[in-house]
Amino acid sequence: MTLIRGRRILAGAMTLVAAAALAACGSKTTDGNTSAGVAADVSGDTVKVGLLNSLSGTMAISEVTVRDSIMLAIEEINAAGGVLGKKIEPVGEDGASDWPTFAEKAEKLIREDRVAAVFGCWTSASRKAVKPVFEKNKALLFYPVQYEGLEQSPYIFYTGATTNQQIVPGLDYLKAQGAKSLYLVGSDYVFPRTANKIIKAYAEANGMKVLGEDYAPLGSTEFGTITNKVKSSGADAVFNTLNGDSNVAFFKEYKSAGLTAATMPVVSVSIAEEEVKSIGTQYLEGQLTAWNYYQTTPGAANEKFVAAYKAKYGADKPTSDPMEAAYVSVYLWKAMVEKAGAFDVEKVREAADGITFEAPEGLVTVDGATQHIAKTARVGKVGADGLITEVWNSGEPITPDPYLKSYPWAGGLS
Amino acid sequence: MTVLFGQLFTGVSIGAVLLLIALGLALTFGQMGVINMAHGEFIMAGAYTTYVLQQVITAAGWSLLVALPVAFVVAGAMGVLLEFLLIRRLYARPLDTLLVTWGVSLILQQLARDIFGSPNVQTRAPELLTGNIGLPGGITVANNRLFILALAGGAVVALTVALRFTPLGRRIRAVVQNRDLAAVSGIATARVDRMTFFIGSGLAGIAGVALTLLGPIGPTMGTNLIIDAFLVVVVGGIGQLKGTVIVAFALGVLQAAGEYLTTLSVAKVMVFIAIVAFLQWRPQGMFTLRTRSLA
Amino acid sequence: MTAVVRDPVTADPAPIPPSRPTAGPSRHRFRAAAGFAFGAALLFAVAPLALSDFRLSLLAKYLCVAMVAVGIGLAWGRGGMLTLGQGVFFGLGGYAMAMHLKLADAGPGNMPDFMLLYGQLDELPLWWRPFASPWFALPATVLLPMAVAFVLGSLVFRRRVRGAYFAILSQALAAAMVILLIGQQGTTGGTNGLTDIQGFFGYDLDDPVNQRMVYFIIAGTLLALLALARHLIQSRYGELLVAVRDSEERVRFLGYDPATVKLVAYVVAAGMAGLAGALFVPAVGIISPALIGIVPSIEFVIGVAVGGRATLLGPVLGAVAVAWARTALSERFPGTWTYLQGLLFVVVVAFLPGGLASLVGLARRRDDGAARPRRFGRLRLRRREESA
Repeated sequence: MTLIRGRRILAGAMTLVAAAALAACGSKTTDGNTSAGVAADVSGDTVKVGLLNSLSGTMAISEVTVRDSIMLAIEEINAAGGVLGKKIEPVGEDGASDWPTFAEKAEKLIREDRVAAVFGCWTSASRKAVKPVFEKNKALLFYPVQYEGLEQSPYIFYTGATTNQQIVPGLDYLKAQGAKSLYLVGSDYVFPRTANKIIKAYAEANGMKVLGEDYAPLGSTEFGTITNKVKSSGADAVFNTLNGDSNVAFFKEYKSAGLTAATMPVVSVSIAEEEVKSIGTQYLEGQLTAWNYYQTTPGAANEKFVAAYKAKYGADKPTSDPMEAAYVSVYLWKAMVEKAGAFDVEKVREAADGITFEAPEGLVTVDGATQHIAKTARVGKVGADGLITEVWNSGEPITPDPYLKSYPWAGGLS
Repeated sequence: MTVLFGQLFTGVSIGAVLLLIALGLALTFGQMGVINMAHGEFIMAGAYTTYVLQQVITAAGWSLLVALPVAFVVAGAMGVLLEFLLIRRLYARPLDTLLVTWGVSLILQQLARDIFGSPNVQTRAPELLTGNIGLPGGITVANNRLFILALAGGAVVALTVALRFTPLGRRIRAVVQNRDLAAVSGIATARVDRMTFFIGSGLAGIAGVALTLLGPIGPTMGTNLIIDAFLVVVVGGIGQLKGTVIVAFALGVLQAAGEYLTTLSVAKVMVFIAIVAFLQWRPQGMFTLRTRSLA
Repeated sequence: MTAVVRDPVTADPAPIPPSRPTAGPSRHRFRAAAGFAFGAALLFAVAPLALSDFRLSLLAKYLCVAMVAVGIGLAWGRGGMLTLGQGVFFGLGGYAMAMHLKLADAGPGNMPDFMLLYGQLDELPLWWRPFASPWFALPATVLLPMAVAFVLGSLVFRRRVRGAYFAILSQALAAAMVILLIGQQGTTGGTNGLTDIQGFFGYDLDDPVNQRMVYFIIAGTLLALLALARHLIQSRYGELLVAVRDSEERVRFLGYDPATVKLVAYVVAAGMAGLAGALFVPAVGIISPALIGIVPSIEFVIGVAVGGRATLLGPVLGAVAVAWARTALSERFPGTWTYLQGLLFVVVVAFLPGGLASLVGLARRRDDGAARPRRFGRLRLRRREESA
């Protein structure tokens, strides 16, 4: 062989190697049962759990608070003796607001750290990115944020609201208030688009009119046009599914266009106490929100939660719905493990049905069939002090129905 | 009719915001060929200046007025520091400047996160600027948008006057037109560069103050707008302000029209296609300074 | 290194001359062949043995980034075109592959899961249909990005849009692409992107053995792309490309068309990015707009700058090193990574424009005992061309 041809020979050799690798290594199985899942490492006197939140990037704003409240719950549980006699050892990872990073870190937590469960994720996109990872490895994720429904993974517990616990009650409230027409404003991603589909179906069945529907690119801060359209539509109310920074720009524009809570109220489903703080009550006072928990929700459990949170992170830090749902998720996992008597994922899942917990938001019950939890819907009004006070609640916990099967008008949605 | 006028006004005010941001860029890009990706973070600095001042001066109106000159100086000083430490070493490598300043912008964003926290902060707007003026025919004009329009107009006028009638302005124009000849004629071009950078970055600070009236104040607030502003500069052509002014308003109106007729996403893509098409027609932008250099 | 910093003329814009043999050609070829053999041994034998399944799948991901870097090295390091929109081509390749795999997962005649959820479509959209066939989808992963690059490049380069103008335009392209993808949730998956990809041409991707296979394919492809890049760089075309970078006008006066020269490098770089995106999909199981926007596009460039933009191996090693550092550091200190990334850009680009490769180059030059002659002329024209 002459050296001159070395390059080509090498290239050929590489192709051969690749082909050989393909033939030798590939196992053509399609039944999907090839991976047995990775058992959690519970050999020591601690049990590891994973915390997967964005600590950097655009979503850090919201997700850091969730991480904080998960840590609070873990500390409380450890102080009270841990779970099955083992202290919880949190392993934190940064999802960096980047969906593939979430998948990568989830894989790391499960396979390298061998955690018993993972708590975290915020955006639907990050949940969709990690879902196959948890299903493949047969590991557990506790997802603490309200979301668009239409999902039910055997390896995810959804402790935030699904649509029939937040959006539908919000619409019920507007209907009871006499709203006949709606304008829909949202960020351009999965949750708003799905939510608006549901809202349109609801409106059609309940004699309400949807006068317009607009989406702003995520992170967009230019709302001149949308506000113009909203204003000229003359709708009775606006249903707002905007996310993050866009809310600030939207409400500033809304106010300067002369629109107010009295003339055209806005119901928001992504504005909690934390966001109220960064938008300013100057722009938000009197506007409505739909959630399952507010800092002002009455009850001993909530007083204890708020006091503990403020003691740990500062008196000026508000507590909000996703933070509460994250806090609750750790306690629910503890209760499931204790009922199952083991950390084994399948046993924990079997034990889940019917578990109750006296949460800051009130009594919550795990629904084993959907792996969502029954919670009380609450509509609130933003006050001048930046806190949200409840103006209406559903009276009793609403059974989760992620596919809206029990609502006849939602027939064509899923 | 009401809607049409409303959209026109929206377009003009989008243009005004773009203009405020693009003015400083046009200045530094025109004179030094420098693409400063940290410009957005100077905007952020201006906005945070407003926030900090409001902790001291509680009257929203006064703090906003005081913030304008203070933000100009703060952002300008940051610009001079950047020029002195990094950019002046890179004048021969404009593309590398782009990457270096992008690195700087990352650092400044993280710094803002560490100082002010990741969540957005809020400033109170003076009550006067949260309302609107009603015109006959049900047309309303938002006061904050009018204020920004006036601010952008004022900045253009002040800059034009400064460039045309002051000694510094003459020097800047000389350097823009022919750097070597200016240097030969005894102009300290390095010092002129630094002053240009001060003014250009200072304008970003002013834009930051204005943006507190419209949007969120947070670590990443600058990044959303900076690409649009660059496109304005590129399409407007360099060396003269009129291109930047015309293109800023044209893009603003185009964007608003597109948003109304289609959706926000489609409008953005439309604007981009329009820009590529425009550059086919005039690759050097709308106006170019005729120089004898090869191009 | 100090010489590079002090002399603004030679420092421009990629100060490191291409490493052409000073010794005899056969010695050089031997070195290259040995290098490739070493690389192949490292990727095919050492890495799979030394790394756990999880770390190996991370390496597969890094190698995909490295493929994009090879292309950027060609277009930017050699051709002077700072392309801040490689994410677009990465995305085109990735989406083409993911669309095919989603359709294959769904089975013939069925629609992908997300379309049923979000799209409310009765049937598959027309532009999805060809991707059901692997004979269309596989070539498309490379040809589609190349076609887009060809159209854009021929428009832009012919009109002599270059330097900063080109960089900004390519960046805007990335922004536009992301907005477009997100806006069409029913047919593109929106912000979620295409996720939950189960199979790869009949092989179950959940199986660690098959994941290994994907890794081998990626490693082999990377080596092949390196061979291709080396071939291009060493050819007459490669010299012309560097000449265009250093003085487009002189090349034009010599009777060549610089636009065509640049177009070739740009299109090849786009093809490489497309291939990288296509292989990223089975390795990671997801493609989403978050991977192709302005920020990821510019992050592709940092590895190239760190490794040494004008060298063959620099971009690859730089890209892998930066991606690895990101994973390692963000596991421990999330905020610190942002600072470090910023600092990397500042320090490397401002003070070490040749990247880490220039340190190696300096050391070698000292060994040789004599400075290598600069092959390509010094020009003062550069500055005006860029800014005009």
